Amino acid sequence: MDIKVRVWRQENSSDKGRMETYDVKDISPDASFLEMLDVLNEKLILDGDDPIAFDHDCREGICGACSMVIDGVAHGPEKATTACQLHMRHFKDGDKIDVEPWRAAAFPVIKDLVVNRGNLDKIIAAGGYITAPTGAAPEAHATPVPKKDADLAFEAATCIGCGACVAACPNGSAMLFTAAKVAHLGLMPQGQPERDTRVIDMLQAQDDAGFGGCTNMGECSQVCPKGIPLTLIGRLNSDYRKAVRKQL
Amino acid sequence: MGDFWNDGDPIADTAAPEGPIETRWDRRKFNAKLVNPANRRKLTVIVVGTGLAGGSAAATLAEAGYHVKSYCYQDSPRRAHSIAAQGGINAAKNYRNDGDSIYRLFYDTVKGGDFRARESNVYRLATVSVNIIDQCVAQGVPFAREYGGLLDNRSFGGTQVSRTFYARGQTGQQLLLGAYQAMERQIGLGNIEMNSRHEMLELIVVDGKARGIVVRDMVTGEITTEMADAVVLASGGYGNVFFLSTNAKGCNVTASWRAHRKGALFANPCYTQIHPTCIPESGTHQSKLTLMSESLRNDGRVWVPKRAEDGQKPANQIAEDDRDYYLERIYPSFGNLVPRDIASRAAKNVCDEGRGVGPGGLGVYLDFADAIKRLGKKAVEAKYGNLFEMYQRITGEDPYETPMRIYPAVHYTMGGLWVDYDLQSTIPGLFVVGEANFSDHGANRLGASALMQGLGDGYFVLPTTLGNYLAAGPFEKISPDHEQVVAARTEVEARIKRFLEIDGDRTVDSFHRELGHIMWEYCGMERTEEGLTKAIGLIRGLRDEFWLRVKVPGTGEQLNQNLEKAGRVADFFELAELMCIDALHRRESCGGHFRGESQTPDGEALRHDDEFSYVAAWEYATGESAKPTLHKEQLEFEYVHPSTRSYK
Repeated sequence: MDIKVRVWRQENSSDKGRMETYDVKDISPDASFLEMLDVLNEKLILDGDDPIAFDHDCREGICGACSMVIDGVAHGPEKATTACQLHMRHFKDGDKIDVEPWRAAAFPVIKDLVVNRGNLDKIIAAGGYITAPTGAAPEAHATPVPKKDADLAFEAATCIGCGACVAACPNGSAMLFTAAKVAHLGLMPQGQPERDTRVIDMLQAQDDAGFGGCTNMGECSQVCPKGIPLTLIGRLNSDYRKAVRKQL
Repeated sequence: MGDFWNDGDPIADTAAPEGPIETRWDRRKFNAKLVNPANRRKLTVIVVGTGLAGGSAAATLAEAGYHVKSYCYQDSPRRAHSIAAQGGINAAKNYRNDGDSIYRLFYDTVKGGDFRARESNVYRLATVSVNIIDQCVAQGVPFAREYGGLLDNRSFGGTQVSRTFYARGQTGQQLLLGAYQAMERQIGLGNIEMNSRHEMLELIVVDGKARGIVVRDMVTGEITTEMADAVVLASGGYGNVFFLSTNAKGCNVTASWRAHRKGALFANPCYTQIHPTCIPESGTHQSKLTLMSESLRNDGRVWVPKRAEDGQKPANQIAEDDRDYYLERIYPSFGNLVPRDIASRAAKNVCDEGRGVGPGGLGVYLDFADAIKRLGKKAVEAKYGNLFEMYQRITGEDPYETPMRIYPAVHYTMGGLWVDYDLQSTIPGLFVVGEANFSDHGANRLGASALMQGLGDGYFVLPTTLGNYLAAGPFEKISPDHEQVVAARTEVEARIKRFLEIDGDRTVDSFHRELGHIMWEYCGMERTEEGLTKAIGLIRGLRDEFWLRVKVPGTGEQLNQNLEKAGRVADFFELAELMCIDALHRRESCGGHFRGESQTPDGEALRHDDEFSYVAAWEYATGESAKPTLHKEQLEFEYVHPSTRSYK
């Protein structure tokens, strides 16, 4: 199939940036979206042009590196799918496809489609863990975890930290990301001792990093490649209220 | 000795304690020198890589009080490729009361490695396996659980006990997030200095000791020299030498290879694991291959048509009697659960017979129809739902309705930098953990053992053995103007300049793809003297062409993904040649290394223990036309006596 892509090109963080259009010819419908960009880049290099920079690594939908807005939707039109797992069979011959980076105040553009998502790590560093220094662990079966809780914690823990939720949010909020980690750890008995400080500290870090506030738009959950449910934000708010009340 | 290498002196692992195997690790720990907690913060340790081995090592060393500097090429330490491991992690907990024990895990691993691993190392790995599960549960890793709230287990390729702990099909992700979160806690506390989007391009050796690295900031292009009291490489495997593999696109051998060039021996480079259950290639655009967890083989049945002419028929039009469940037929006691190397080669054999299915006849079926009948669709979905979805997303086919198509792909490399029992390379102060070292899996790794080894090395082994080395520190401070530091840095800068100046007419990827074809063809599932000799010539020719014709756009002072790739591919060229030489010299079949000349009359691998029961540790050949030197470390088997691996 033959398509056109209109791609955001930005030399570096201080460049203003612009959309540029490229023709991509004879692409197999079985190619992934990123493989289509690979083919385009090979051509750009040989033509003496600057290839398009984009983040990617595992290309299996699990590392969370790939990050692009395709036709206005973070990770593109296919539900619960990362850009690397999106295949060209979902497009039609002759389509014109827009490709842009994550747009959020907390994710400055580095080059083209590559942005800096280091602020997500900062939220985790503020409290997204259970303090369990190596060597101090009790026998694994000492604390049973109800299957229901373990399964729900797992669902929350499947977050790949790609930042699509932030990119889709009109406020540039990282609420779903933070909520997923707060739920994962808060559902496990091992996570209880730090449950209150965790939620307070992570939300503080989120604000400090320049992410916007949450107004329950729900766009985040719609684009989440792992389908993290919006209800976790309710759970986060509830945890936060309880934690703050205890501090009073 | 041959046209391609020189024979050198034998080497030995002098760090391994002797005596009863059950107490060797305890004795090593007791005899290891300790570092006073007050002195630890004066000691700096560089850790390259943030996967299971590097992440767990960095977190644990920082918790212990050392000053840790961590580097990864990804934009966050959480994205290291351990994240993609699907199936599970082994531990000798014997929660199933099915006869498992530390000794049995040890035994299975030595046997599974086809008697090419060190007994001492493997026993230690089995010993710490139980602590790993405890540690991960304490961190909140959401393992699969039973209704009573206790941990669930499953059996996994190559074993007859259920010792594999798992978190749906995302075990690697959950374990890595555990290590990453422990790391982030230490980053928040200021004990780890994290450097994402930084790539190690050279090792700095001063007075014979590893004292630092040269890194490139991948955003600004700035080259800096980073000094430390010790350097830990946790930079993963080198499967991407084949271009197409299940590795992440960025996985590379550069950190290991630069250390090798500086004097660290590289062991058993030819031991490559070809994973039997991957999604077949769909066309020339293919950029990587996707693994389907081999846990699928617990319930899926592998088959091809009995007759070649049925290969292109839809699966549902091939009658039950016309199907050949070849693994069940050839290996009745292990059936679909035979180890990876055996399953891969069997798939290649049936495809070579013309009985493969799908495009190009390069595929076999993995069929869940019986499992769905037996357990119900719901139960199958609960176990494998995400894997089925992944398959459907990539191929556009529904595995609940039509059988999956699978084909082998390069997945893991057992070879790596040579290390002693302390995980120290032949360069003092350079430690190597996880897939980057060669130590525990012999010639073939069993399923669910990579996660175990990565975390075992990082959480439990390295913190003890590295402490023993650092007890002699802090070492003399090295100035950035030191001759060796400047030389390493200059070399890196000159190489980058050279890449940018060639300005040829071929892309880096085109060379990488061609190199991968050569390796898959001649150094893949079956190797022969003739093929390997040919491959060495082809690799040399292509490498020369690369240095004349490669085109790397842009500059060194910016984010330049093609410049990054060029450096990695240049190192892959050198590694590829060594892999072929290693494969050529090992005139036996063992584990992932199958030599066409060394097989039984019915086509099974034939080892030659009298001649090849050793680790091949290669010394880098300096100078363009020089040959690498082979050092042999003889393997002793006091407990598990080498026998022919039989899964029949």
